[in-house]
Amino acid sequence: MPESKRPQVVIRGVTKRFPVADGDIEALARIDTAIRQREFVCLIGASGCGKSTMLRIVAGFEEPTTGEVLVDGKPITGPGSDRGMVFQDYALFPWMTVRKNVAFGPRQRQLPHGEVDRIAGEYVKLVGLERFADRYPSQLSGGMKQRVAIARVLANDASILLMDEPFGALDALTREQLQRELLQIWSRSPVTILFVTHSVEEAALLADRVLVMSAGPGRIASDIDVELPRPRDVASPEFNAVRRDLARRLTSHMMPRDLAAAGVA
Amino acid sequence: MSEQVTALAQPVEQDVTDTSVPARGRRRLTERIRAIALGAGFPLVLILLWDRAVAITGTRLVPSPREVAVMMYDFSFGGIYDDAFSGTILTHVWKSMTRVYGGFFLAALIAIPLGLMIGRIKLLRQLLDPTINLLRPIPVTAWLPLSMIFFGLGPNAAIFLVFLGAFYPILLNTIFGVRSVDVRLFEAAAMLGCSGSGMFRQVVLPASLPAIFNGLRIAHGFAWILIVVGEMTGVPTGLGSVIMDGRTLSRTDLVVTGMIVIGVCGFLTDRIIVAISNRVLRWSPQHHA
Repeated sequence: MPESKRPQVVIRGVTKRFPVADGDIEALARIDTAIRQREFVCLIGASGCGKSTMLRIVAGFEEPTTGEVLVDGKPITGPGSDRGMVFQDYALFPWMTVRKNVAFGPRQRQLPHGEVDRIAGEYVKLVGLERFADRYPSQLSGGMKQRVAIARVLANDASILLMDEPFGALDALTREQLQRELLQIWSRSPVTILFVTHSVEEAALLADRVLVMSAGPGRIASDIDVELPRPRDVASPEFNAVRRDLARRLTSHMMPRDLAAAGVA
Repeated sequence: MSEQVTALAQPVEQDVTDTSVPARGRRRLTERIRAIALGAGFPLVLILLWDRAVAITGTRLVPSPREVAVMMYDFSFGGIYDDAFSGTILTHVWKSMTRVYGGFFLAALIAIPLGLMIGRIKLLRQLLDPTINLLRPIPVTAWLPLSMIFFGLGPNAAIFLVFLGAFYPILLNTIFGVRSVDVRLFEAAAMLGCSGSGMFRQVVLPASLPAIFNGLRIAHGFAWILIVVGEMTGVPTGLGSVIMDGRTLSRTDLVVTGMIVIGVCGFLTDRIIVAISNRVLRWSPQHHA
């Protein structure tokens, strides 16, 4: 597959400093990496390692202090519909029904009404929410809200999904369910996924490739290909080996005081 | 997949069906009757106390509820005193309404878009915020002389005063509404290709609506409060002018009648605003007043 070898997202020399009262905080030291088309990449690291900042820079919500992010060879200048963000707290429009939320992107493209409705219907169905299409977000469970958020970016034809701990606020059962559904969607549609998580288990289950970040300042400490066949069996010794390896790398990059904070120690 | 979706959906379904619909309807009805009985009962107690207080003190300065009721009847239908005020209630209510709503809608028309822009645009906020907070504490009554100079004796001065009173609550609540919108919603809209005026129309405005309706409701109350001051500017008709006339003629029964009519108008129109707000904000469970 020559197409999948082509880098779709190139992160080149990206650093980020935030001004604070007494000088600057260096959130990201130089980050260089490339993500291929259709690749499923997980970013893991302890809180404060800059993984969310990295994601927000790719989304175009924040500007890097130095360096640039290229998507399909072109430097990004701000948020764009080619990159769809799925937030941990959903960020659905509470005054819109499920259907209207999903239709929001297509509506911005000034498509004819019939076409907007058709696309919205299709993606509401894709995430299994036909029966709830006319409900408001406040009437949905967390898992259903996150399904709407995923449908919303897919309906907008985003080729890159940026997911910021999307399942972090969900209960374990719903989380497993959504992980499975996300993998199904990913295997059927040509999307690249950059997925931030602090769960080693989640990264091992989902990713083709895991970028382990370390804090103070944030940088990529390890870049690991996960070559387990899919669907992955979480009970298999191979899966456990990957998980242990990731956990070991994650903890070895942390200062002792971070260990307690990350709940590892 | 669809089975598991159904499983997820069950908690939501359950709370709709856990009691039979007629039983829930009955309970809701009893609750409603109870609320109305309590809400209407208290004013009746106040009227009783008023009646007793007038009777016991034997004052001739304050009319009894009975006298006011007679005045109210005459004001509404005529046939008792047959003076200049008999059967004129609708004229006065209508005139006052045109001033109240003239000022109120003018305030909303200017304050909402201005508030949305001040809330979103930092430059505008830095430019206007100090001025707004300087002008805001000035009582509307203090503007009375100037408004009579600007607009002359007549309804426009009244509309201007109502406008001033209604303007700040709408403006400040709109700014507050915009400022308290979750920034993620703007980010989500931006990544979905929304920008510029589309952002104002599709995100900033609807997201701020709960706060805007709060402002409208407060402003609407002020608008009715200010109608008496507004109609002090020498207009011949309107509930405010009726009260001013009653004062000049020492007819306290007329004054109290005017007060009650303003109260009732304000109350009924407030219910309409609440009903509209509940309809527009039906997506927001915490904004059902």
